[in-house]
Amino acid sequence: MMEWLEPIQKFLGPAWLPIWTLLKIVVIVLPLMGAVAYLTLAERKVIGWMQIRIGPNRVGYFGLLQPLADGLKLLMKEIIVPSGANKFLFIIAPILTLMPALAVWAVVPFNAQLVVANINAGLLYILAMASLGVYGVIIAGWASNSKYAFLGALRSAAQIVSYEIAMGFALVTVLMAAQSLNLGDIVRGQHGEHGLLNWYLIPLFPMFVVYFISGVAETNRAPFDVAEGESEIVAGFHVEYSGMAFALFFLGEYANMILVAFLASIMFLGGWLSPVPFLPDSIVWMFAKVAFMLFLFLWFRATFPRYRYDQLMRLGWKVFIPISLLWVVLVGAWMQTPYWLW
Amino acid sequence: MEKIKEFFKTFLLVELLKGMALTGRYMFARKITVQFPEEKTPQGFRFRGLHAQRRYANGEERCIGCKLCEAVCPALAIKIEVAEREDGTRRTTQYDIDLTKCIFCGFCEESCPVDAIVETRIFEYHGEKRGDLYYTKPMLLAVGDKHEAQIAKDRASDAKYR
Repeated sequence: MMEWLEPIQKFLGPAWLPIWTLLKIVVIVLPLMGAVAYLTLAERKVIGWMQIRIGPNRVGYFGLLQPLADGLKLLMKEIIVPSGANKFLFIIAPILTLMPALAVWAVVPFNAQLVVANINAGLLYILAMASLGVYGVIIAGWASNSKYAFLGALRSAAQIVSYEIAMGFALVTVLMAAQSLNLGDIVRGQHGEHGLLNWYLIPLFPMFVVYFISGVAETNRAPFDVAEGESEIVAGFHVEYSGMAFALFFLGEYANMILVAFLASIMFLGGWLSPVPFLPDSIVWMFAKVAFMLFLFLWFRATFPRYRYDQLMRLGWKVFIPISLLWVVLVGAWMQTPYWLW
Repeated sequence: MEKIKEFFKTFLLVELLKGMALTGRYMFARKITVQFPEEKTPQGFRFRGLHAQRRYANGEERCIGCKLCEAVCPALAIKIEVAEREDGTRRTTQYDIDLTKCIFCGFCEESCPVDAIVETRIFEYHGEKRGDLYYTKPMLLAVGDKHEAQIAKDRASDAKYR
């Protein structure tokens, strides 16, 4: 499908590969950053509506320029490095948070053809990259040379690591059902003549719930946002950050939110597949499902009070891990019977 | 039995879904936000905003310099100096209200025997440099002159409750 590019490829010679790769990165990252920016606006609007307010509406029509104004404000602000901080690590920590959040997008398929790197171990790559994000948190907390940031980092790191286990088990059931780690194949495994009923959402519904709630906890979102906790504490690991360094943590958080929404759509909601047999499969379905999952994130934030830290740990270790372990065994047994229809 | 019921209720996230249904409903509810510069909430006639000094219909200032307001002011925001005018009446030579100290309790208005110092409905005012909110006698009189009609109307509405 890329035949028209060949003359350009010949012209550029060996420079072609880096340029082409950079181009692909830009094509993924720029819309992602735009989505992150407008997700913040959507969040403020939706939470506003649910609190019978109207949300930002002064900067531009419907508040549409608000994210740009916010971004500009953060860009202009000074990045203050505390005097006792380890300067190198302090600067590198937000980058370490954002980098994996962006790198993950290499393997995310948008539809049957549209994927940057269609690798076989896509899901494994995603798990590996998502786990790297916790280093940014720990390094940020330690490099700040502040006891508050340090305690916040320990808290967030423990939370992220705990929920990763339950999340991993939820994904194990998916790859048992799909018999593949390739995200494209996982979606294709959900293809069938019954549309919606062929999705893994039906047999793996508890795992879908576990995965999504773990995803909310993993991205430090309400009701698991003890890392930020703006109504109780100042912040967690990022207290000492300001300006764009601070914004990078949030870019990472929102990029991860979008990623969790994408993965939930791909693995449980049939990705780009149409929910009803008489409508064609299309990338539009993909974005609709992602938008719905993102809306759930905002809905949760507008509804639930924050978990206490011990409750949060209890939910992760004593509820989600047993349930997901049980379901792994159950799905395994189920797949050996003729009643497995997926 | 009750425990089992409770377990399933928690496990199936019943209460969480109920909460989400509630917020979901409110998403479509009519919004109560007042978009301030364009829309304003109604004000009562007892509204206590910016201060003003009133005059009688013949143009004579009401204030007789009794200093009751200065005495009653809990924030010590009022400063008054008094002297005898050429015609032998007692008048203020200085009547200052520091609006940055004022707590808008309305005691000055309440204590005034001649209804000279009043609080108006004006609440959108500002100062751009230090001292701008230190209102002197001519400034207070100017506010009174400008808004006398509204001030008189508000006093008249309140009169029957006193």
